Amino acid sequence: MRSVVLTKGVPDFREGQVSFDEDGHLERGATPTVMNPNDEFALQAALQTKVKHGGDVSVMSMGPPGYENVLEEAMSVYADDLYLLSDREMAAADTWSTSITLSAGIEKIDEEPDLVIAGFKTADGETGQTGPQTAWCLDRPIVTHVISMEIDEEEETLRAKRLVEGDVDEIETVEAPLPAFVVTDPEFSPSYRRAEHRLRHKRLKAETTERVENYEDHLTTWSAEGLDLDPDFIGLDGSPTIVSGVDPIPKAPSEREATMVDPDDAEAMNDVLETMQPLAGGD
Amino acid sequence: MTDDYEHYEAVVVGAGPGGAAAAAVLARNDVETLVLERGVDAGSKNVSGGLIYAEESAPYTVDGLFPDFREQASERPVTDYYLHNVAGDKVKTFDITDLHEHDTAWSDTVLRRKMDSWMAKRVHEMTAETGGGLLTDVRVNGLLRDNGEIVGVTCDELDPITADVVIAADGVNSELARDAGLMDWEEPEEWFQGVKAVIDVPEDVIAERFDVDDDEGVAHLFSGDLFEDVRGGGFLYTNEDSLSIGTVFHLDSLVAEQAEPHELLDSLLTHPLLADWLEGHYDEVEYSAKLVPDSKKVANPSPHRGRLLTVGDAAGQMQAQGPIIKGMNHAVSAGALAGEAFAEAQLRDNTERAGALYERKLKDEGVMGKLRPTGYRVASALGERGPVTSLADSVLTSGVGRLGVKLTGGLLERLYSSPRLSMMVPDTQTPYVTLPTVIAEELGERVDGEADFEPKDLASRIGDLTYDTDVGNPHIELQDTSMEASGAAVYACPVSAEDFGGGCYRAEEVKTNGSEEKRVSLDTQPCVECGTCAVVADTDWEHPRGGKGVEFEQG
Ligand SMILES: Cc1cc2nc3c(=O)[nH]c(=O)nc-3n(C[C@H](O)[C@H](O)[C@H](O)COP(=O)(O)OP(=O)(O)OC[C@H]3O[C@@H](n4cnc5c(N)ncnc54)[C@H](O)[C@@H]3O)c2cc1C
Ligand SMILES: Cc1cc2nc3c(=O)[nH]c(=O)nc-3n(C[C@H](O)[C@H](O)[C@H](O)COP(=O)(O)OP(=O)(O)OC[C@H]3O[C@@H](n4cnc5c(N)ncnc54)[C@H](O)[C@@H]3O)c2cc1C
Ligand code: SF4
Repeated sequence: MRSVVLTKGVPDFREGQVSFDEDGHLERGATPTVMNPNDEFALQAALQTKVKHGGDVSVMSMGPPGYENVLEEAMSVYADDLYLLSDREMAAADTWSTSITLSAGIEKIDEEPDLVIAGFKTADGETGQTGPQTAWCLDRPIVTHVISMEIDEEEETLRAKRLVEGDVDEIETVEAPLPAFVVTDPEFSPSYRRAEHRLRHKRLKAETTERVENYEDHLTTWSAEGLDLDPDFIGLDGSPTIVSGVDPIPKAPSEREATMVDPDDAEAMNDVLETMQPLAGGD
Repeated sequence: MTDDYEHYEAVVVGAGPGGAAAAAVLARNDVETLVLERGVDAGSKNVSGGLIYAEESAPYTVDGLFPDFREQASERPVTDYYLHNVAGDKVKTFDITDLHEHDTAWSDTVLRRKMDSWMAKRVHEMTAETGGGLLTDVRVNGLLRDNGEIVGVTCDELDPITADVVIAADGVNSELARDAGLMDWEEPEEWFQGVKAVIDVPEDVIAERFDVDDDEGVAHLFSGDLFEDVRGGGFLYTNEDSLSIGTVFHLDSLVAEQAEPHELLDSLLTHPLLADWLEGHYDEVEYSAKLVPDSKKVANPSPHRGRLLTVGDAAGQMQAQGPIIKGMNHAVSAGALAGEAFAEAQLRDNTERAGALYERKLKDEGVMGKLRPTGYRVASALGERGPVTSLADSVLTSGVGRLGVKLTGGLLERLYSSPRLSMMVPDTQTPYVTLPTVIAEELGERVDGEADFEPKDLASRIGDLTYDTDVGNPHIELQDTSMEASGAAVYACPVSAEDFGGGCYRAEEVKTNGSEEKRVSLDTQPCVECGTCAVVADTDWEHPRGGKGVEFEQG
């Protein structure tokens, strides 16, 4: 059972880590890059698969050489080996060219993975498009919003519970043939009801903690050429998205005009109602 | 029905000294062993005063099973041992190092988080070799039975597991011993309650104030009237860079006197005798509490049922030898003997015999004799006419009266140092309160000194503890909210107090049909899982799920 987990580096948005300039733009240089928090769940899903069915977990990211640290962080959760897709030609990619690049990376791995797992939305881009698009490029069935999953090795199927949000949240159980693509939900929680699985989990965690000390030894970096990718289809050139500008979200004024109204004063309350009436329609 | 379940040859429940010893011996004998511990880490739930003994006569010692234990898991060897008899600010100190050293190969102070988690690492390595291992965050919630026979365990976090032997080393409020009918939680007379504070003090200050080198340590015991009429005493032990200061009281006495455990601890902390030791260094880092069984009354002579063997506190194997408290060492001996018994039974292809073999070993190795000394039973049967009481009473009531105490002072010191007599100390007020008080009044010297601090209040003691609350899933349920049934917990719970709203138990005025009534209410959030209210209140008492509840850093 081989899994490939996709992960992206994002600015560390935690209090005290992130810095913005005067205009409210993120200062990337001054803000450390960390693993996208939602990708931890993707790693947990892959680890659960390894605990129960063996195999290997590879982690892949497309990004600048600095993303090595992101992969290191992923390995501290769990990874057998790491892949970094990094090239000037890949820079400024939108979700589409990111997906094309990632799918080329996955296809280059020797053994075809049974599972490719992505996180749900990044903390910065937040589109949630990369997973589904990559699944499309790989021509795999995809199950999104996964909160728990089990694999039937004999039947070669994946059975997953997915959280469907709507007027009422629902949990839907679906089955997909392997190989498949999974997007984990932030509500994902692994399940280990057998002692032997918890013991194996403990052993694997200890192994990855040791491995991460020399994570570089387990890292493979591929360039665009190595992936045999046409520069026209990746990076900025391959991105159909055009960013015309970035507008900061206006801040709420710190002071507002306010009139104190005594709720017992019938006349004043009437004025309030009259003032509010035209707004009640939602216009 | 049980065929689909996971199976291990041995399942050990609890990773305190009893469980660790059992698992170590099982693993040594190639028995496939799974250890289940409910804490996030071994030791995170455990409390002791902190003196572990290695007895010369014991079949097993902790360093025998875990080489390097003393270098890596303990704090300091205890090289001096004093008993302070207290009456107000008068104190008479006896040097009872002789009693302490009797049958003692060595004795070190310990902090349980450090000690137990260190042992657990070794245990995991050893048991992993057998195809098992040690898991934390798993609470065993009952015994698995097949046709009425015990065949394994059930857990909150795991599917049921079958085993050829289940060793319950799950401590003082053993849910498994209760499930098997080997222990009940009914009588306060059968238990002590221990409460402890760990105070951070720099190593050089300890060296100077207690006059000890790096490889030396000291134990101070306290008895007399500093706890008013509550039967029990206090202790102070030196760790590497902290002090363990606490109290151990008879639970029935706490209940009868409606004493507040945290206040009793405060009166020890602020006694003039401690003023010089703590001056400028009262940095209390952890408050904790736990019930302690009294082996004289509850050590089960036949601690097994079918495939279940109970060891340590779960079997009531906690010996109060006068002022000296020996629980951890006996848990180690018993755990190891249980492991040994199963390994032997398995070798002879007769695992059913493990329980009986274990029972015999406890007796033959002299463990049961220490836990339930004949002398004590005789003394109790004679109705308080034990040698200690006789002597005390004759001293206190004879014509010579208090003068006798003056004359026999040296004798008294020797008496307190007698290992044989100290085993038989009866549970009356005489040895705990009256005698020490008279000794101090007659022989003691005034100590002046005044604490330069206010002890922490209960709210900040609770506030400084770490909890992972299992919201919406309280582990204790109050069955009867009347004051008669459960009111004692308002006082006796170490994190509750009569006029304190932030604790577990509260007495509340409730209006019913026009009349006002006092009722007991419970909020388990601040619970330190000491077990007291399982005995003194009408509750449905369980431990929290794996990893939930309080987490001690020191223990
Ligand atoms: C409006 C906009 C403008 C942008 N401008 C630029 C720009 O100028 N320069 C630039 O460099 N980037 C830019 N990006 C970022 C880039 O397009 C996206 O970060 C990237 O394609 C992933 O999209 P996302 O962050 O929305 O991830 P999502 O689709 O939300 O991510 C879902 C999951 O997909 C996987 N994933 C996503 N990205 C990667 C990756 N790189 N490697 C491995 N796995 C991944 C992860 O598992 C992740 O949890 C922009 C993004 C947007 C939305
Ligand atoms: C204040 C105080 C002072 C003391 N002083 C001393 C002293 O100086 N010297 C001395 O030798 N003894 C002392 N004792 C007694 C000593 O602490 C105990 O006798 C000893 O810890 C018993 O060891 P044990 O292994 O039987 O149980 P414990 O050490 O209590 O271990 C039981 C273990 O089982 C786990 N557990 C419980 N239930 C479950 C479950 N359902 N599922 C999974 N795991 C579970 C617990 O988390 C714990 O780790 C003192 C006790 C107290 C409270
Ligand atoms: S609620 Fe019960 S178990 Fe918890 S601390 Fe209070 S007395 Fe102890």
